[in-house]
Amino acid sequence: MPEDLNWAIGGEAGDGIDSTGKIFAQALSRAGRHVFTSKDFASRIRGGYTAYKVRTSVDRVESVVDRLDILIALTERTIHENEDELHDDSVVIYDGERSTMQDVEVPGDAIALEVPLKRLAEDAGGAIMLNVVALGAACEVTNFPIENLDESLQKRFGDKGEAIVENNKEAARMGQEYVQEEYDHDFGYDVETTDEDYVLLNGDEAIGMGAIAAGCRFYAGYPITPATDVMEYLTGRIDQFGGKVVQAEDELSAINMALGAARAGARSMTATSGPGIDLMTETFGLVATSETPLVICDVMRSGPSTGMPTKQEQGDLNMTLYGGHGEIPRFVVAPTTISECFWKTVEAFNLAEKYQTPVFLVSDLALAVTEQTFSPDTFDMDEVEVDRGNVVDEEDIDAYLDEQGRFQAHFPAADGVSPRAFPGTADGAHMTTGLEHDELGRRTEDTEVRIEQVDKRQRKVDTAREQEEFDYREYGDPDADTLIISWGSNEGAMREGLSFLEEEGYDIRFISVPYIFPRPDLTEEVEAAEEVIVVECNATGQFADVIEHDVLERVERVNKYNGVRFKADELATEIKEALGDDASTQEVEAE
Amino acid sequence: MSSDIRFTDFKSDKQPTWCPGCGDFGTMNGMMKALAETGNSPDDTFVVAGIGCSGKIGTYMHSYALHGVHGRALPVGIGVKMANPDLEVMVAGGDGDGYSIGAGHFIHAVRRNVDMTYVVMDNRIYGLTKGQASPTSREDFETSTSPDGPNQPPVNPKALALSAGATFIAQSFSSNSQRHAEIVQKAIEHDGFGFVNVYSPCVTFNDVDTYDYFRDTIVDLDETDHDSTDRDQAKDKIMESDKEYMGVLYQDESSVGFEEREGVEGSMAEIPDGAPDGATDLVREFY
Ligand SMILES: Cc1ncc(C[n+]2csc(CCOP(=O)(O)OP(=O)(O)O)c2C)c(N)n1
Ligand code: SF4
Repeated sequence: MPEDLNWAIGGEAGDGIDSTGKIFAQALSRAGRHVFTSKDFASRIRGGYTAYKVRTSVDRVESVVDRLDILIALTERTIHENEDELHDDSVVIYDGERSTMQDVEVPGDAIALEVPLKRLAEDAGGAIMLNVVALGAACEVTNFPIENLDESLQKRFGDKGEAIVENNKEAARMGQEYVQEEYDHDFGYDVETTDEDYVLLNGDEAIGMGAIAAGCRFYAGYPITPATDVMEYLTGRIDQFGGKVVQAEDELSAINMALGAARAGARSMTATSGPGIDLMTETFGLVATSETPLVICDVMRSGPSTGMPTKQEQGDLNMTLYGGHGEIPRFVVAPTTISECFWKTVEAFNLAEKYQTPVFLVSDLALAVTEQTFSPDTFDMDEVEVDRGNVVDEEDIDAYLDEQGRFQAHFPAADGVSPRAFPGTADGAHMTTGLEHDELGRRTEDTEVRIEQVDKRQRKVDTAREQEEFDYREYGDPDADTLIISWGSNEGAMREGLSFLEEEGYDIRFISVPYIFPRPDLTEEVEAAEEVIVVECNATGQFADVIEHDVLERVERVNKYNGVRFKADELATEIKEALGDDASTQEVEAE
Repeated sequence: MSSDIRFTDFKSDKQPTWCPGCGDFGTMNGMMKALAETGNSPDDTFVVAGIGCSGKIGTYMHSYALHGVHGRALPVGIGVKMANPDLEVMVAGGDGDGYSIGAGHFIHAVRRNVDMTYVVMDNRIYGLTKGQASPTSREDFETSTSPDGPNQPPVNPKALALSAGATFIAQSFSSNSQRHAEIVQKAIEHDGFGFVNVYSPCVTFNDVDTYDYFRDTIVDLDETDHDSTDRDQAKDKIMESDKEYMGVLYQDESSVGFEEREGVEGSMAEIPDGAPDGATDLVREFY
């Protein structure tokens, strides 16, 4: 008997697949079992195959596997789609009385379990409950105490009235009894329960919860798969904490609204996916030059263009790392697990405000639509720290005024971080702009001021490198010759994959990196290994590129960014210096 | 503090680089007067500026301000006001900024009816990029990018606003300073989105829609029997494409700003040092 149980319900989009799957997943998690869910869905609302898969075990589960033990098939296609994952002990539950399912053939030696789902549901009070009848049948097959379903049904249908809840409980019992009576058979499954109480949530929900925990008060967004759940989570909930969600007319508007709110002093965020990030790119530079703290979340999906909206990819790394014209100091943080979606969101807000920059919080579809169980103290709210950085109020603003009494919002501080005065602060009135500006925010094209401000903004990154820990997590054998590196949602699958490989005698060191920029320096780790493999869901290996780049011998750089082109004599001097001939006699405005 | 605020307190120490005679000088002075008159101070005012000669206004005024990217000033203003309804939010930009690249935001800002003031300095040309056709340019107006005229009718921003459900639509003329300041003041006092289209002539690139043209044609609504609370009358006036009016064309006096209807109470800037009270309930929901 397998340690863990893999279960799925599949049918047409619109058949209530998601909510049925979720009821079962919640029942399992309430019964003290770990759960990991995943969804197969197409980009349409009605019609089209969709499935909700649940993997459950008494131990933690971190990924999906290619095996199905119980399959509730509402359509024939469900069986075909999952054929390869069925095995000899698999049980396929379907309604053989339905006209569309009469000629169904269950492959191989898998057990075909015909249950008149619709008829029993009607007896219980309505055909609509046929999915719940199937859940009852699944409880019987797996020896899972059906009482555990009751609370999930209460949760799901409670606001529709007690009668509906009772009918659903009854429907589940009918499914269970039918299997009991008609199939006097031990299916070989025994789903053990424990005393643990887990919470079950997905990555988007974790990001939304992290945002509220971190004190986010304003969210503007435009719906897009798979980021919409962040917005839906926050809607209604953020209000209870004095905040607001605004659905903007497009992503250009969304990021600008979020920017405005951040400028007014609110912790503020927007979330989107690929096509929306493209539109938002226009404003990245404004966020950086106006030194406004903003969290911009990109929940990646398959691109380019509208690509495959409901499929996984990690193709936007370059976009978040380099997107936007000119050069934009920024942070790129990419959670690798659902619990990290929570904690990295909290961290993103702190980084944004401490360094007054855009922070890209990069998640992916696999994290967004997967639910996983956690012990509730994984999200211990007492552990949440809020660091608003250098905010000045009426009392201490004097220290930041120039001789004329003007507030120096872009003061070229040694650590690159200037004072920040929220609008409404007496004597703090000042300008911020996307134009190059002086310390007061006034437009300038002065070559020296330009350099001073560019350097000032870049210094934030150096300061952060000194003050923060941009580290990684490590698994496997630290001395192994084979080094595997991954980012984003791959961590879970890779950790389990690691144990398969270890069983087969492979010796591997696995590093999971949640920081894209600034990122940990992996030079030593890469050089210590014989083989280095970078695992990511994209075609070109965008993270592999940056790792390779990091371990290269660095080329000498001659840069100029004061707004003036290179001059011949100046270049000659610069090059000599770069070659180590310190013959420079000339003052030049280059690094 | 606010009682002894003068309009010059809203002036920054940066000298405008507008061409001598540019309509934007008058537009800005009127805005500063209206702000002072309504009892605001630079410290509780937020000016968001668009891009264009008109957008430079944020630089020449003294207040909390953000000068953003082309066409996106309105969403910034909405974000500011939602996050802190105690601030007086004023958004300003040109006809290109507002009705071309930012046209989508314009319609939706009107619909959203956040309590702020939007001043569009309409010179019927692109000034800062040196004289191309703008969305309010006349059909036959010859410019560097439209040698035979744009060959498409100008947009009617007031009609767009009315059809999108505007609660305040006014028109003003920068050179009529007293009236202009009065009109902007009414927009500020309006609870909701106060939209003011200001004829603000470009003396360098537009030799058709000049001071003389507006002076000769503009009719002050105060000198007519126009009832600005009557939407049908407003519609008729707005649709008269050959007439130029000055004054409040339409005002819904029962309007209430979006942020208030949404129940936003006070600034969102203050937050606790750690997770807010009750945050643990957010976790419990996932049991
Ligand atoms: C995205 C983008 N496209 C183009 C420009 C160039 N640009 C600057 S101002 C402007 C037009 C401004 O016209 P208008 O809003 O009528 O203002 P005016 O200068 O006439 O006051 C344009 C096209 C820009 N800054 N950004
Ligand atoms: S170009 Fe026209 S709009 Fe621009 S400053 Fe000169 S007169 Fe004013």
